[in-house]
Amino acid sequence: MNIMHLVNALPGVAAQGLIWGIMAIGVYITYRILDVADLTVDGTMATGGATFIMLTMAGVPLPLALLGAFLAGVLAGLVTGLFHTVCGIPAILAGILTQLALYSVNLRVMGQANRPVSSRQYELLVDQQSVRSLSLDNPILVVAVFVAAIIALLYWFFGTELGASLRATGSNPNMSRAQGINTNFTKVLGLMLSNGLVALSSALLAQYQGFADVNMGRGAIVIGLAAVIIGEVIFGKLFHNFALKMLAVAIGAILYYLVYQVVIWLGLNTDDMKLITALIVAAFLAIPYWKGKYARVKVPARSAANAEVQTGGEQDA
Amino acid sequence: MLEIKEIWKTFNAGTVNEKQALRGVSLTLKDGDFCTVIGGNGAGKSTMLNAVAGTFTVDSGSIIIDGVDVTHLPEHKRAKFIGRVFQDPMMGTAPTMQIEENLALAARRGQRRGLGWGITRTERADYRELLQDLSLGLEDRLTSKVGLLSGGQRQALTLLMASLRQPKLLLLDEHTAALDPKTAAKVLALSDKIVEENGLTTMMVTHNMKDAIAHGNRLIMMYDGKIVIDVSGEEKKKLTVPDLLALFSKVSGSDEADDKLLLS
Repeated sequence: MNIMHLVNALPGVAAQGLIWGIMAIGVYITYRILDVADLTVDGTMATGGATFIMLTMAGVPLPLALLGAFLAGVLAGLVTGLFHTVCGIPAILAGILTQLALYSVNLRVMGQANRPVSSRQYELLVDQQSVRSLSLDNPILVVAVFVAAIIALLYWFFGTELGASLRATGSNPNMSRAQGINTNFTKVLGLMLSNGLVALSSALLAQYQGFADVNMGRGAIVIGLAAVIIGEVIFGKLFHNFALKMLAVAIGAILYYLVYQVVIWLGLNTDDMKLITALIVAAFLAIPYWKGKYARVKVPARSAANAEVQTGGEQDA
Repeated sequence: MLEIKEIWKTFNAGTVNEKQALRGVSLTLKDGDFCTVIGGNGAGKSTMLNAVAGTFTVDSGSIIIDGVDVTHLPEHKRAKFIGRVFQDPMMGTAPTMQIEENLALAARRGQRRGLGWGITRTERADYRELLQDLSLGLEDRLTSKVGLLSGGQRQALTLLMASLRQPKLLLLDEHTAALDPKTAAKVLALSDKIVEENGLTTMMVTHNMKDAIAHGNRLIMMYDGKIVIDVSGEEKKKLTVPDLLALFSKVSGSDEADDKLLLS
């Protein structure tokens, strides 16, 4: 176990983590803001890359191919949203249905299970080859710019009237309707936005790894949740600003890949990684629940009033 | 202002749980009327309010607010006309959002929500002033999450939100039932104040007969999905709780209903 092997892997960890960070921010929108667990993303995480590669191979310029991937994700989110709101299917099942359907769609889009894309042949934005280079096309830098721009845009959006109505829908749908918010519309919009970001992340990932694969999104929701939860566990007490919370999610994704890399470095079988991920996420979800259920917090009488406010705050966070 | 014409609603039709919740309810409220609604559990009070608010659509009949037939409008479109405060203090506010954000959401009730700022600087100053009038100590906590507030504070805030953009109709659905007596009295006094200052047409469901008599200019009692008593004006002012009970047993034709009503 040469420590240099791990150190050498760090730039790749940062790049891949940041790419998945965009995906995790998409998950954050549905899971935390809309309060919906959207499983569509397992399909969308392949749709974005597939769409991007096919558009690129058809000679579509890079920015338009990225936009195309984003829109493909938006469409997937729309389908889940309509399943949920118009057809009355529970959100989690609506996502599973779309995810399953997307498997066929992704195969249709690519025409085969796997499509390579080479930076020698096409102009690509992120390329694994330059992950250690000190240049402007280092994928870490490129993706970091993407993450920053996305956080800035979302920060603005969720401060607008429309964005606030999305947040209200997740916080209290009854109240939202009483205030004249069409909660069906806001849910669909949130799902579209979320899946658009996931597809964009997928398009970047396909470039980075040099191919799109029909299975590249398998378990994506769990990785996304892992990033959201790791970010919250580590930065929850520190970051209260909304933009910082999204940054925490992106950092959470990097930390997830760091753990992943350490596991590989320790010589564990990467086939077991999904098992390990599932267990880690389960543990992180269970700990706050157990804490609330079994922990007895001793509070000095003097600051009891303060503490009451504090616990209230944690409940909501 | 409000015209309810012969509305019927049956829940779980065709099953063993079938319940005719509204059986031909008709009611007309004049502009500025403050109508209290009483009745036992299952009499149809909340169902009537929810029918007006659009939580569900009625099986037959029509609902007209300020000349607009809203019978087939979805809940969020009716919100343009209606301010609501619910029985459960948790229902009326968004707990994970700040006090000022909740107010800003309410200030845009019934309006198109676009890409303008969700809250502006002038609004913030206005809200601080409005909260100062409530004297709940919330004016310095504008950016606190509503989830941190007590039930009474939330109901007071929900009242303020309901009246922020003047509604054609204010629906108070047992909005003090979940509060302790002292807080309930406070919230009730605040309701009176807000209704009076804005001249709001109001319907208030309550379980408390004394409150029903003491507030508003009209009182209706529901029984078994129908309005069985309707008093207003001078007649209502003179009403006492024993009067009301006597009236009720006469109308419903049974004495045992007294207990049911009192106990509920």
